[in-house]
Amino acid sequence: MTATLLRREPPETPAEASSRRLTERVFRIRESGIIVVLALFVAVTAGVQHRFISDTNIQFILVNTTIYALLALGETMVVISRNVDLSVGSVLGMSAYLSADLFGGHHGIPIPLVFAAGLGIGLGWGIVNGLLVAAGRVPSLVVTLATLYIIRGVDILIVGGGMVTANTLPASFTGIPKSTLLGIPDLAIAVAVVVAAGAYYLRSFRSGRELYAIGSNPEAARLTGLPIGKRVLFAFAVSGAIAGVAGVLWAAQYGTVDSTAGTGYELTVITAVVVGGVAIFGGSGSVVGAALGALLLATINSALYVLGVSDFWDQAIFGFLLILAITIDRIISVKLTAALRLRSTRRGT
Amino acid sequence: MEKESPGVPSGQGSQDASRAAEAPGFARAAEAEAPGSAESSPVLVLEHAAKSFGAVHALVDGSIELYGGEAHALVGENGAGKSTLVKILAGVYQPDAGTLLVNSEAVTLHSPAMARAAGIAVIYQEPALFPDLTVAENMFIGRQPLTSGRRIDRRAMRAEAAAIFGTLGVQLDPARIARGLSIADQQVVEIGKAISLDARIIVMDEPTAALSATEVNRLFDVVRALRAAGAAVLFISHRIEEIFAICQRVTVMRDGRQVLTRELDGLVAGDLVRAMVGRELSQQPAEAPAGPGEALLNVERLTREGVFTDVSFTVRAGEIVALAGLVGSGRSEVARAVFGIDRYDAGTVTLRGHALRRGSPTAAMSAGLGFVPEDRRQQGLVMEMSVQQNVALASMHSLRRGGLIRAAAEHALAADWATRLRIKYGRLTDPVSMLSGGNQQKVVLAKWLARKPRLLIVDEPTRGIDVATKAEVHHLLSQLAHDGVGILMISSELPEVLRVSDRILVMREGRLAAEYSRAEATEEGIMSAATGQLDGGSQP
Amino acid sequence: MAPDVGVAPLPPHQGRPGLASIRARAPWAFRWETGLALVVIVIGIAGTTASPSFLTSNNLFNLGLSNGEIAIMALPMTLIIISGEIDLSVSSTLGMSSCLLGFLWSRHWSMIAIFVVIAIVGIAAGALNGLLVTRVGLPSLAVTIGTLTLYAGIAEILLGPNTVSNFPAAYTNLGVNAVPYTGGAITYSTAIFAVLALIFGVVLHATPVGRSIFAMGASPEAALFAGIRVKRVKTVLFIVSGLVCSFAGVLYTFRLSTAVQNNGVGLELDVVAIVLVGGVSIFGGQGSVPGVVLGVLAFAGIQNALLLTNFNQEASGVVAGGLLLLSVFGRNAASYARRLREWSPARRRRAEGAAVDGAAAGSQP
Repeated sequence: MTATLLRREPPETPAEASSRRLTERVFRIRESGIIVVLALFVAVTAGVQHRFISDTNIQFILVNTTIYALLALGETMVVISRNVDLSVGSVLGMSAYLSADLFGGHHGIPIPLVFAAGLGIGLGWGIVNGLLVAAGRVPSLVVTLATLYIIRGVDILIVGGGMVTANTLPASFTGIPKSTLLGIPDLAIAVAVVVAAGAYYLRSFRSGRELYAIGSNPEAARLTGLPIGKRVLFAFAVSGAIAGVAGVLWAAQYGTVDSTAGTGYELTVITAVVVGGVAIFGGSGSVVGAALGALLLATINSALYVLGVSDFWDQAIFGFLLILAITIDRIISVKLTAALRLRSTRRGT
Repeated sequence: MEKESPGVPSGQGSQDASRAAEAPGFARAAEAEAPGSAESSPVLVLEHAAKSFGAVHALVDGSIELYGGEAHALVGENGAGKSTLVKILAGVYQPDAGTLLVNSEAVTLHSPAMARAAGIAVIYQEPALFPDLTVAENMFIGRQPLTSGRRIDRRAMRAEAAAIFGTLGVQLDPARIARGLSIADQQVVEIGKAISLDARIIVMDEPTAALSATEVNRLFDVVRALRAAGAAVLFISHRIEEIFAICQRVTVMRDGRQVLTRELDGLVAGDLVRAMVGRELSQQPAEAPAGPGEALLNVERLTREGVFTDVSFTVRAGEIVALAGLVGSGRSEVARAVFGIDRYDAGTVTLRGHALRRGSPTAAMSAGLGFVPEDRRQQGLVMEMSVQQNVALASMHSLRRGGLIRAAAEHALAADWATRLRIKYGRLTDPVSMLSGGNQQKVVLAKWLARKPRLLIVDEPTRGIDVATKAEVHHLLSQLAHDGVGILMISSELPEVLRVSDRILVMREGRLAAEYSRAEATEEGIMSAATGQLDGGSQP
Repeated sequence: MAPDVGVAPLPPHQGRPGLASIRARAPWAFRWETGLALVVIVIGIAGTTASPSFLTSNNLFNLGLSNGEIAIMALPMTLIIISGEIDLSVSSTLGMSSCLLGFLWSRHWSMIAIFVVIAIVGIAAGALNGLLVTRVGLPSLAVTIGTLTLYAGIAEILLGPNTVSNFPAAYTNLGVNAVPYTGGAITYSTAIFAVLALIFGVVLHATPVGRSIFAMGASPEAALFAGIRVKRVKTVLFIVSGLVCSFAGVLYTFRLSTAVQNNGVGLELDVVAIVLVGGVSIFGGQGSVPGVVLGVLAFAGIQNALLLTNFNQEASGVVAGGLLLLSVFGRNAASYARRLREWSPARRRRAEGAAVDGAAAGSQP
């Protein structure tokens, strides 16, 4: 732009640049914090039990992560806009059953079609959630708490007492989680690509940035005339669609699907998202952090197993981590705001 | 008091103009009028606008003309209709009558979006930014510049933002997040956003209310840059010396009508005040003061890092002490710290010889303090509750028998105070939101008076209240003082301060700057102390 | 020392004609509780028509059994939601106390000692919630999702995959027998619910603390400025919730005669649904205990109707979820309609309030 060529950029005062540097530093510490904890965990556990870092175990952890990382991607988009989607577990369950059931009812059905069906189911429910939240002005907590149970209930009605067993599923389907490329599970690579795409979208596209704006200050978003309804609907639709796809993957991974598939997943996903640095009140955080959070939780899960600790400790540890994460984030936020404000005032006077 | 001369020396002006012509968003400025001149046709004309809300006539006959390159002041007392007029320009309200012409075309602005599209931008006192986004993103949200791949071009965005700030003559890092920005900086971001939207008419609603002296000067530079670029600035302010410093013309409103529109050249502050009030400022006290009694409240070296420093004062029984100063000077913060709503870092607060525990409103209330807060709707009242419940809210424990609130006693208390304070209401059980502002304020006062406080802190007691109720409140305060209650009054309305108080303390940027007795206080004196220009000339 | 500013009182202004004046004279006609009471009556009539055994003492007894604990937990939840917060950890607190009961009983502790421990743990559980919300300043939604997970985890750790079922009949009878002299219709949990409802109702509607709960939910700042100790009250509410829920866990365990790790999972939805159906606003500041009692009746009635029509019990979540949505949208619909007529709602407050203040000022001579 000619303006930049003709005009000298006003020199940054040291104080200003330091505000930017301070913020960046804090965020980097927060994000790398997860990696540090992860590395520590792996190191300690591997030290005690060497098979923790065996090829098979790493693959196992990565495959376990994929489903949660996918769910975390969708959930992040919702949480960034200052909402929450508690129905992802139920959507996953319904999609898992219905898509697995398709194989039984339609022999030879092409696998991509099954994925499309799962995606469709999730997308449908996601749109329902989005419409209720956006148009109905009802807090997303209440809406998705209700749909969590409505969807699960409908699923139970459909499933009855039945289940789909692995032997009715084609080998090409159940083999998906097992295939690897250079020792890394295909699924992990695929999900990493999807997460990267999601991160790219949220960072570099206008509608992605608007999600952050909506979560950061909903009133200002309204005054600025941002299309809040559209964006929120989109976020929920994506979250639902992703949960639908995750459901199909779940069926591929576990083979046997009944009406309890996916129960309780929403809590783990939210924990992963918050541990990964996404603010529970929206406005900040990244999908990469959330995916790392999912990886951390899956690693802890596996570590407990390998160390011989009963996996009944999972939930307690996850709950503790969630509380720890939001407490730390809150303290960081308060101190950061105070520090930034102080720099502003000092510079101004 | 030192003041800047209105208008810009020609050398700098033409440089401003050429800089402005190159800045993004100012492409049209090249054909604009020469800076400072206001000869061509007006960019905005509002004629005989009227707006009523039910039986309440907010605006009766509002008219204003804005010219490009000019800063136009809009003054009037609280309730004169200024904010209604602004909201009409902002597209928030649609007038019941009257016409609005933008660039000689009649328009009706049905929404803020339409107002923006028409080139009107409003900068509010408290800008609404997105704290988690960067400054540049705040300016361009929804309209970020894109690369060929429809990606956001961050570098171009930052460069454009920096260029705009350069035109305005301010330094602000576009890549820093908005969290923690001072109000002054937030305003600059909003102004930058307005420019990037090609706003030609910039309305500033009490912009200097929360700014320090340095920040005010910086804002003035920004206004001059805007004028130089050909934009029309509508400057709403209570501060008369600022108006004379930065504006060329003024419109005075009173009781919903425009009563005066003149060039500021040749006017003096007294002319404006007379037009605003419709009468000569009377310096007569409301009540002959009884001699003040014992020292009630003793505040010593109260400090809160970054907010106020070393504040010490005394309030005696039967005395009305006013705490004057510009908004942002720390007055409300000191009051809240004294009452225990906010904490403080150092110093002591003593009431009748007993030190008050910091951070405990309960302790303050037990000791006999009352606090009528600044924001009636958010802090003074629970809007969803009834008149009766609001009056009783601070006295519930004294209405108990056996642990339960006695409904009859509550009703009697509320009825009694409603009578004493002449509160107009439908039923005591009506939600308090149904009352007018003046009556709501009386409910807040009743709530505290029901506790028979020894010392009452009132923060902006007559803000947003009609003239008649204002007088009643002043009379009430004087009566209270006469009966031995000590009163600490925070007020931004100098006539009120001079009329009601026995002593006036002036705060500036967190410190006590001056103290005047009623006899020696003048508006100019207080204003000088408040703006930090104690050594200076007089008003024009 | 009271000042006397009085002069002859002015007459209050005339009530406005139309709907507003009916509203003023008979406010009970427009309230949520009235509509809900009608709904409950309709359910009763419909139920009796569908099945003559609907209102028998035997059936009422069963209703009390299956909904007793949920109803009890709904009472502290009511106060918490009115105060502007939420507690999603109620079901996990119930489960944790159930497992604690089983754990300690299987180690031969005396029942009295166990009750004391459970009380302490319930108080601690609530206190953790309260402190995180009031001292650290975290949103109660996030905190109680965390403690929901944490307490469920603790429940798991305590019992693992085991179950404990050898509770003495004297206690399990409390869970399954009727209170004597009531004709077999009232369970102990129903009786406890009735007593607690009375206590909570009186506290909420007739004491200063109850009034302060409404104030802090409707307008947190104004409550603070009126000297209300918001933090202290909220912490106490969470503690009460923890205590009540842990005793609900005891009742639950005795009713099922079994302590197992997944006791109580998922009940928080039912509790929230009952409270919202009962007319409590999710945003805080509004609601009543009588309304929640009606909500319990409505909820229980619908569940029972479904049972009698052989609806799959496990899918009853559909009903709870549907009820929840209906009640929230129903409340919104009422406020949409009201918004069109009057200018009282909180959202327009800032925009128009200042204008009306200014307008009132301008209209005076």
